Amino acid sequence: MSQIGSFALLLALGLSAYSFLAGLVALFGKDAASARLGETARRAGIATFAAVLLAGIVLVVAAFNDDFSIAYIFHHSNRDLPAAYKFAVLWSGQEGSLLFWSLLLAGYGFVLRLRYKTDQRLFAYASVIIAAVQVFFLLILNFAAHPFAIMQGALPADGTGLNPLLQYPEMVIHPPMLYLGYVGFTVPFAFALGALLMKYPGEKWIQITRRWTMVTWCFLTIGVFLGAHWAYAVLGWGGYWGWDPVENASLMPWLTGTAFLHSVMMQEKRGMLKVWNMSLIFATFLLSMLGTFLTRSGVISSVHAFAQSSIGTWFLVFIGLTVAVCTFSLIANRSHLKSEHKLESLVSRESSFLFNNLLLLVVCFTILWGTFFPILSEFVQGHKVTVGPPFFNRVAIPVALLLLLLTAVGPLLAWRKTSVESLKRNFLFPAIGSLAVGVMMIVFGVRPWEDPSFFYATMAAVLSALVIFTVISEFLRGGRVIAGKSQQNLLSAMVHLYHRNTRRYGGYIVHFGVALVVIGILGTPFNKEVEKEMGFGDKINIGPYTLVCQSYTQDDNPNYANEWAIINVFRGGKQITTMYPERRFYKASGQPQTLPRIYPSFREDLFLVTDVYLVYEGKNETTGRPIIKAHLNPLVPWIWIGLIIMVFGTIVALVPNAAVVQVAATTPVRAPAHAGAGD
Amino acid sequence: MKFPTWIRADSVPRVGTARVGTGDLARPSRAQLGNCPRLIRCLQAAALAAAVFLFTGAGDDSARFKDLGHRMMCTCGCGQVLLECNHVGCQTSTKMRDELQAALDRGDNDDLILQGFVQEYGPTVIAAPTATGFNRVAWVMPFLALALGVTFVVYLVRSWKNRPAPALADGITIPRGSELEEFREKARKETDL
Repeated sequence: MSQIGSFALLLALGLSAYSFLAGLVALFGKDAASARLGETARRAGIATFAAVLLAGIVLVVAAFNDDFSIAYIFHHSNRDLPAAYKFAVLWSGQEGSLLFWSLLLAGYGFVLRLRYKTDQRLFAYASVIIAAVQVFFLLILNFAAHPFAIMQGALPADGTGLNPLLQYPEMVIHPPMLYLGYVGFTVPFAFALGALLMKYPGEKWIQITRRWTMVTWCFLTIGVFLGAHWAYAVLGWGGYWGWDPVENASLMPWLTGTAFLHSVMMQEKRGMLKVWNMSLIFATFLLSMLGTFLTRSGVISSVHAFAQSSIGTWFLVFIGLTVAVCTFSLIANRSHLKSEHKLESLVSRESSFLFNNLLLLVVCFTILWGTFFPILSEFVQGHKVTVGPPFFNRVAIPVALLLLLLTAVGPLLAWRKTSVESLKRNFLFPAIGSLAVGVMMIVFGVRPWEDPSFFYATMAAVLSALVIFTVISEFLRGGRVIAGKSQQNLLSAMVHLYHRNTRRYGGYIVHFGVALVVIGILGTPFNKEVEKEMGFGDKINIGPYTLVCQSYTQDDNPNYANEWAIINVFRGGKQITTMYPERRFYKASGQPQTLPRIYPSFREDLFLVTDVYLVYEGKNETTGRPIIKAHLNPLVPWIWIGLIIMVFGTIVALVPNAAVVQVAATTPVRAPAHAGAGD
Repeated sequence: MKFPTWIRADSVPRVGTARVGTGDLARPSRAQLGNCPRLIRCLQAAALAAAVFLFTGAGDDSARFKDLGHRMMCTCGCGQVLLECNHVGCQTSTKMRDELQAALDRGDNDDLILQGFVQEYGPTVIAAPTATGFNRVAWVMPFLALALGVTFVVYLVRSWKNRPAPALADGITIPRGSELEEFREKARKETDL
């Protein structure tokens, strides 16, 4: 089995190296022989996917067959591991996850090479760049982190099992989503670098890569949020974001990718910011690589440091090479990126995009700075310092609030110039609505002047409301115009409106989702927690809930032994649910794991929904009674609802626009194009 | 994401001896401000409110316990804030919490407690860089980046706005003033989206 896998990896390396070298040579020629060589390179790229896929299948089959002669399977699986987690073994450790990364990259390359007829020359450049990245990963897989390495000595009877933290349903989908995001940014990077190297005329390459970029961004968004949800549902500390270096590493490319998605519109509409957009997409790809480097090098201490090895050096060299190539390409082709920057007004969509990019990059820089400051401190002061949540919260959150303000105001600004009257007209309803939300919070007892955390929570609520009301007013305003012209009802008119510019209105839906996520986060200062040892019938009162311990017991299965409590949850004297917080002891790995239980109170509080979050902390060895920690986390479910809406908005934005409806003009108009608001 | 430990009296970074609302900055004279004592009083009140807001510390022991516990890390290797370390059987966090409670019971002030923990567990026990020495750079850099970025973007926007319009081919004129407004109004009415 391992020989087949090893052979597949070697074959993939040979094919991708050929795809890179032959493709590179073909780019320099213009005769028929070069075209034929280029075609063989393209086919070799497609075949690379088949070879890497074979290697991936072999590793999964080995996990299902309990083939502990393969060291990777021995270290990450065991006989009694449930089937879903055996599948997840592929990305549970260093070597497997690199193979998975390589497989996804080969998959993206496969699709790209099949669609080469869209623009053969540009796709040939992109294919060569993807092949170069593929060669790097396959070199690591073949020579530094081989997933099919054989166990030395006697064949073990059973494996050491999968890390208990990873034995959770979300771990079957969180890493693939995150990797699809990380790896996916290779595609727009390849197109951007290719377009730069070949001095691609016009902005068509942006239109070609737009969907790639949005899909990739969507995957990364899902991956980041699923990671947060996993931390919330598994780690049992009652939170979902700890500013761990590896969490930060996933957020950085998301921030630059988000900045790119906004600023690229300025290039499409106005031909501006060409160098900036190129730099942003380069930075996004490099930050994805940096994230992988952080996860695997051990250079930064992290709770995710599941895989520390010498491959950090490989990544460092690759990142250095990529920076050199990108910088050289930008300098050598700077004349191609010259653009006419002209603004008509400070109050315009263009200005708002510039500030939006600035704030996103400042947040990104803050995170990068905070993540690497311990290393800098050690270099300068001779000792490390910790840069933890207090630093990031204090520095990043005020900037994030400014960003939220821009999210609300930006869509109200027109391209080129916005008149004060139009701003007043469009801003009035959202501003009044959001101020009303602030007043309501104070009326209901939030005192923003008493504590900074309450102040930030109030600000976040007001700004989120502003975003939501802005989105609603934009849909209503556009819908009314369409309804007036076409005699449709308002709802049909809004659907019609959306079809005319899916990207713009999809983007608004994403903004709506972001506002909901912020609402979910702003509940944090109002969290409550109580810890208590609970015997039969013992109670915990927390907020409006009474938790009664009905019983506690234990169980056993081949994979783990567990202890759990049965807690009845009452509200207003009425039982609303029963929860089973649990602690497991995994036999193969010998590691314990707590599994919190969460009850979101949608049925009781639709809008002010609260999570009742119970953790089985352990057992008092003297009395044998469980120690239960109860958290009350208001508004958290809105974060996950916000994610769903963000994903929905992205999907909506991916739908092609409907054909333009021709409306006969009653008066000939000579006005310049783009006079109104665009997307 | 933890909100409650954002800004506390003794954790706000200070540069040199400057304090919010005071310092040696050259104050504009009354004449410069114009004849508006009400404005001055408003500014003073705002500065006072900001100072109270920023420098008000936690008062009672349970709040101080929560505050200090969120300003330190558990040193067991879990990488979590002290009061959030929850892994089963963690001896380190239990011991550290007990030490923190004992220090509060003794009546030690916040600085003394943090110093004691640094001496026992090393500088990495503090969850964020202190506002001393080289560590100040950690706090200053993000805001410096923001300030420089804003300055640069404002400069960029102003210079792009002041650029002359590109020359047009013969016979083409750009509508300006009321003529442009007329076109804009027409366009707005017809494409009011």
